[in-house]
Amino acid sequence: MKYWSQVRAIVRKDLQAEFRTKELLSSMLLFAFLAVVIMSFAFDPTREVVKQVFPGMIWVVFAFAGVLGLNRSFLTEKHNDCIAGLTLAANDGSAILVGKVASNLIFMLVVELVSLPIFFVLFDFRSKGSLGLLLLVVLLGTVGFVAMGTFLAALAVHAKHSEVLLPIILFPLLVPLLIAAVQATGAILAGQGFGEWSLWLKIIAGFDLMYLVVPTLLFEYLLEV
Amino acid sequence: MNKALENAWAGLTFIVMLAATYLVFMWVPNEKVMGVVQKIFYFHVSSAWIGFFAFFVVFIAGIMYLKTRDSKWDWVGSASAEIGVVFTTIVLLTGPIWGRSAWGAWWTWDPRLTTTLVLWFVYVACLLVRSALDQEEKRARFSAILGIVGFLDVPLVWFSIRWWRWTIHPNIIESGGKLAISSKMQVTLMVSLLAFTCLYFYLLPKVVRLAKHQSMLREMKEAIRGRLTA
Repeated sequence: MKYWSQVRAIVRKDLQAEFRTKELLSSMLLFAFLAVVIMSFAFDPTREVVKQVFPGMIWVVFAFAGVLGLNRSFLTEKHNDCIAGLTLAANDGSAILVGKVASNLIFMLVVELVSLPIFFVLFDFRSKGSLGLLLLVVLLGTVGFVAMGTFLAALAVHAKHSEVLLPIILFPLLVPLLIAAVQATGAILAGQGFGEWSLWLKIIAGFDLMYLVVPTLLFEYLLEV
Repeated sequence: MNKALENAWAGLTFIVMLAATYLVFMWVPNEKVMGVVQKIFYFHVSSAWIGFFAFFVVFIAGIMYLKTRDSKWDWVGSASAEIGVVFTTIVLLTGPIWGRSAWGAWWTWDPRLTTTLVLWFVYVACLLVRSALDQEEKRARFSAILGIVGFLDVPLVWFSIRWWRWTIHPNIIESGGKLAISSKMQVTLMVSLLAFTCLYFYLLPKVVRLAKHQSMLREMKEAIRGRLTA
């Protein structure tokens, strides 16, 4: 119970800090919006072919907007050496990771829920599948993304030019998740049957588990001062 | 490693490498369909083997470092990552040269090709992280962590691409462990593999020593700076 109250405290702290400044969410949201607009210039929405790359575009925008947020998540803790304070306060270091993953997940889901409709409107895309399933894929894909991303953000923050470094170390590791997420999203948007998307959904869930467990086990080593 | 042993190993590596080169260019017959281009296969496969093996060493060195906190393992890990990147680069360069003539395309998004490319990205990122961290202890710890995570991620990459696209990459190992190439080709491949393995173990101690000396130099500089400011 102690563990989860620590996790909750970190989530509450992050949300409160974000609610007061609105720095992170506003820049992520604007970036995502802008990226959708740029995509619609780059790939003419009136052409039928573009519909086929639509799932890919969604995840590209999510990934780039996500990295923007992940970068900030530990950078803000660097001021006044907050990381050291957090490490001392938490008796299990992984509570910090889990809390940070949870708050990043909330931020990213907000961004995704706002930018998805923009995508559909600007590309005049009509989904043949169910909305619930689409949201499920987005949720599952984001969990894995945020889990690995938060872990690597905690690692990159100690380096010089951490903002540039994070995407470089994160994206290669996320290749499997991105492939599975794009495939599942594509299958669902095209209204394909259970067999088509359920396999990919299971694969994403498996990857999520890996991306949650491995960083949690290794986080203790990362935190040492 | 002492000097005499190292020289002997260097001599051995040279001889095996010479033998491999002779076998590849003079002895082994050309492949029936692909012709002379197929000969790149011996060095391609050997580099791939060393590339993957080097990253396995990075993984083991990472675990050992986190367990023992002995800088030696950090040097081994960083040395192996550097060598691994070099050989993976060779794989990524020789593959398309062969692919262009055999498949008519420089590149395909086949599981092996893509996994190798992602592997290359992961370990180049590892080297980048190393260069971006100043404190020695932190750098060792973080690169150990990245080495472990990177290695564990490789099977995921492999399977995700396998489920996504099927392969056109030739598989020379048939079910039952038999090799689908002629016996002369087998011998040549084995000697090439041996030559590259020797080369790896010749390079590794050298790069490890380089890392060790770099760290010693840094310590000396620190000491001198401490003296001067005191």
